[in-house]
Amino acid sequence: MKRSVFISPSKVGWVSAVLVGLFVIVAAVAILTGPAGISVVSVAKGLFFGWREGFDTLGPGEKTILFSIRLPRIIFAGIVGAALSTAGVVFQALLRNPLADPYILGVSGGSAVGAITGIIIGAGCVPFGIPALAFLGAVLTVALVFIIGNREGRLDSNTLLLAGVIVNAFFSAVIMFFISISSNADLHNIAFWLMGDMSLADWDKIMLMALLLAIGAVVVYCYARPLNLIVAGEETAMQLGVDVKRTKMVLFLSGSLMTAIAVSFTGIIGFVGLVIPHMMRMALGTDHRLLLPASLLFGASFLVVADTIARVIFPDMELPVGVITALCGAPYFIYLLRTRRM
Amino acid sequence: MAGIDFRYKDVWALRDISFDVRRGEFLGIIGPNGSGKTTLIRLIDGILVPEKGRISVNGNNIRGMRRRDLARLIAVVPQDSAMIFPFSALEVVMMGRSPHLEMLRFEGERDFEIARRAMEVTETISLANRSIDRLSGGERQRVLIARALAQEPEVVLLDESTAFLDIKHQAAFFGLMKGLNEGKGLTVLAATHDINLAAAYCDRIMLLKDGRIHSLGVPGDVITESNISEVYETDVLVDANPLNGLPRITLIASKEKGICSL
Repeated sequence: MKRSVFISPSKVGWVSAVLVGLFVIVAAVAILTGPAGISVVSVAKGLFFGWREGFDTLGPGEKTILFSIRLPRIIFAGIVGAALSTAGVVFQALLRNPLADPYILGVSGGSAVGAITGIIIGAGCVPFGIPALAFLGAVLTVALVFIIGNREGRLDSNTLLLAGVIVNAFFSAVIMFFISISSNADLHNIAFWLMGDMSLADWDKIMLMALLLAIGAVVVYCYARPLNLIVAGEETAMQLGVDVKRTKMVLFLSGSLMTAIAVSFTGIIGFVGLVIPHMMRMALGTDHRLLLPASLLFGASFLVVADTIARVIFPDMELPVGVITALCGAPYFIYLLRTRRM
Repeated sequence: MAGIDFRYKDVWALRDISFDVRRGEFLGIIGPNGSGKTTLIRLIDGILVPEKGRISVNGNNIRGMRRRDLARLIAVVPQDSAMIFPFSALEVVMMGRSPHLEMLRFEGERDFEIARRAMEVTETISLANRSIDRLSGGERQRVLIARALAQEPEVVLLDESTAFLDIKHQAAFFGLMKGLNEGKGLTVLAATHDINLAAAYCDRIMLLKDGRIHSLGVPGDVITESNISEVYETDVLVDANPLNGLPRITLIASKEKGICSL
C-alpha cells in the first residue's frame, strides 16, 4: 500500500493546475471563435503577443469585440459553470443522492417566477432589475423549503428533497400561468431566460459574481473533509466527530446561494450541475477535497464550450446555452447510467 | 453512566439505567428486539441525549464535549455501512483520522502510518484500493474496525456489528475484537443478538428487558435458563459448553406455536 494512492495537497494542486490550463486553452479558442469575421491569425497574434504594446496591433473594432463582447461573456460563462458545478457536488453529497442537482431545492422555480414577474412588469429597464427579482425569488424559495424541511431543529434530507420537488412543481404551474397571459414580446424573453441566457454579460456583473463565487467556494472548501464523512452517512459523520447540523446548514445555504446567484443573472442552465460532478467523480474519486476544485474548474470550461457553440452554431442568431447543455448532457448522462455504476 | 432515562417522543426507551464499565473490559449487551440495546449505544456515543442522568468517560460528562473530542475517545463499528458513492477501503479507514485533523488539514505521514497499522491488524491492506461497496460483508466489517482503530479511541462500541455475517466471520470478528481488547487494553461494549458469542467473548454481560437492566454480571450468572426464558419469552436450554465451560443456549423449538400449526 503506497502513500501516493491517497489524496495529498500536491495531488489537488496538480489536478487543479491541469484544469486551469484546460480552461485557458478553452477560453483562448472561444475568444477567437465568433461570427464577426475577424481574421483569426492576426487577432491571435495581436491578442497573445501584443499585451506589451497595449494590443495596438488590433483594430478598434476588433478590440471592442474581443474585450467588451467576447471576453466578458467567456468569463461570465466560466463563473456560472463553476458555480453550478460546485453547487451540484455539494447537493449530491448532502442529499446523498447522485441525481441531485443545484436546482433540486426549488431554486430554479423560485428564481424563474421572480425573473418572469420582472420581465412582465418591465423591470429590465432598471439596472439589475431582473436579476434582483430572480434572486429574491430564489432566496424566498430556499427559505420556504428550509422551513418545510426543518424537523425539530435538524434538516432532514428526504423532507428537504421532497419539499424542493413539490415547490418546483408548484412554481412550474405559476410559470405556465404567466406564459399564458403574457404578450408575444415578453414570451421570447421568458423562453430565453428559462433556457439560460448568457448575452447579458458585462463587467459589473462579472465582478459581483466573481466575488460571490470566490466566497462561496472558499466556504464550501473548508467543509470538504466533513462532506466526505456526511456522504458516508450522517450518523457515521457524527461518530467521526463532525458537527453535522452546523455543517449541513452552512453547506445547504452556500450551495443554494451560489446557485441563486448564477441563476439570477443567466436563467436556468440545466445539466451542468448534474453531469460535471459525475464526470469528475468517475475520473478522480469521491474525495471532496479533490472533487470540489476539479468540478469547479471543469464546469467552467464546459460551460464556456457550450456557450461558444450556442453563439456560433447558427449564423445571425444565438441559441440559449441551456439548449446545448441539455442536448449534450442528457445523452451523456444516459451513457453513464448504462455503462457504469454511479 | 448513572441514572439514565431516555425516551423517543412519548415512548420510554430506557429507564433508570446505571452501570460502570471498567477500563479494558469487554461488556456484552443483549436483549430482545426493542429492549434498548441500540438506543444505549447511541446514547453513549452522544448521538442521542438522555432526558435525565449523565454519561461520563474518564469522569468527564460527554454532554459537554465537542463531537471531535468525543470521536477521539469513542469509536463505533456499525451494523453495516451502505455507501452511495464508492469510497476506497483506504479512504474509509483514513476517515477515522478525521477527528484528529484541523479544518483544511490533510492527512500527514503519521496519519497514514496509523491507518496502515490499523489495516495490518485487521488484515485489510490488500483491500486498500478496492471500492467499499464491492467488498464482501466480512471484509467490509474488517475495514470498519480498521476505521474505528484509526480513531485511536479508548472505547469501541459495537452496534450489532456482526448481524449480517456468517458464523465464520462472526467468530473472526469477535476474535479480532477480543485480541484488541486484551492486546491494546481497548474497552469494548458490544450490543449483539448472539447470546452464545457474547457468552464466549465478554467479561460481563448486561441483559436488557423493556429498557431496564434485567441482570448484569459474568456470563455464567446472567445467561441462565430462567433469565433468558423470562426476558426473551422463549423456551431455551442452557448448558455448559464442553470446550470451555461457558454457558451455551439452545433454542427449544416449540411445536404448538410453530409455523406448521398455522
